[in-house]
Amino acid sequence: MPETYTTAGPGEHGQEHPGFLAHHFDTPRQQFNAGKLGMWIFLVTEILLFSGLFCAYVVYRANHPEIFIYAHRFLDKNLGALNTCVLIFSSLTMAWAVRSAQRERKAALAVLLSITLLCGFVFLGVKYVEYRHKWHEGLLWASRYEPQPEAAGHEGGQHQIEPRNVGIFFSIYFVMTGLHAVHVIAGMGAIAWVLRRSLRGDFNRRYFGPVDYVGLYWHLVDLIWIYLFPLLYLIH
Amino acid sequence: MTHPTAAEAHEEEIAHVMPAPVLLAVFFALILLTIATVAATWIDLGGWNVAVAMAIATVKATLVAMYFMHLRYDAPLHGLMLLVAVAFVALFILVTLLDTLQYQPDVEQYRDSTQTISGTTNGFR
Repeated sequence: MPETYTTAGPGEHGQEHPGFLAHHFDTPRQQFNAGKLGMWIFLVTEILLFSGLFCAYVVYRANHPEIFIYAHRFLDKNLGALNTCVLIFSSLTMAWAVRSAQRERKAALAVLLSITLLCGFVFLGVKYVEYRHKWHEGLLWASRYEPQPEAAGHEGGQHQIEPRNVGIFFSIYFVMTGLHAVHVIAGMGAIAWVLRRSLRGDFNRRYFGPVDYVGLYWHLVDLIWIYLFPLLYLIH
Repeated sequence: MTHPTAAEAHEEEIAHVMPAPVLLAVFFALILLTIATVAATWIDLGGWNVAVAMAIATVKATLVAMYFMHLRYDAPLHGLMLLVAVAFVALFILVTLLDTLQYQPDVEQYRDSTQTISGTTNGFR
């Protein structure tokens, strides 16, 4: 998405070419659809990036279900559910921001983007609380997995005998949620960029592509969490 | 920024605008499904718990993709790209799973035969 736009006025191409329309596009609609196709190609690569981690998860869970049953109780279901709701709400405000951009409701666009950004901070805050708790209890990835004696699960069951290689569950947990958190941070950066441009008045009913593309990215981050939440927190 | 002229204002929309009630309905459906997926863990369904959780997650993902990501009103190509990506994810997982399950007995056998010799940093408690 180019930061600078051609300022070709009427006459240069024998037709009006507004400033937001890049030089090589004929119509705003063509520009929007081209950008959207590019964004979808990027989202496909993101899904494939995460597919490797889901693959590791499935293989390990299929071979060692006892580790997942033992270890998942160290994760706080309530905090996971809270974060799920925060992300779903932020997806609503993001989708609504796109709607506002399309209808040129500029104040609403800025407010909704700000709420979405705020939800990103709340999500990361909850994640920080979870990570810090695990750090204190020594529930880290396999090479640093040294659980403290007081590290009890949220559903009791302290009398269970610990299976082998529980640390690998936490390796999978930290890589999957960590990569997801990196995506949340990247999405927040993109939302901040779109928010700045919306405050500058860059968008109108014929040019709102960046809001839409950032929205697609944010929804994908939500979509991945929709699978991570039951896979990591809700093991039965 | 150029302001659209009167003629341009009558042009058709560049993309479908999602109605507000649809956005709200999808949001409440997603919250209800989140509650449902948590509630489903209170019931013991044996091996079916995972299937139920994944089915609910897939319904949620479909709602997000169809409405929040506009796929229902979008060019079919974008939806097709998403489906192809999901198909490849399924292919990766399935083929890897077939392979690993086939060799797992050998791994277990090796692990059991070396258990007493190997270190005690992880497990063995």
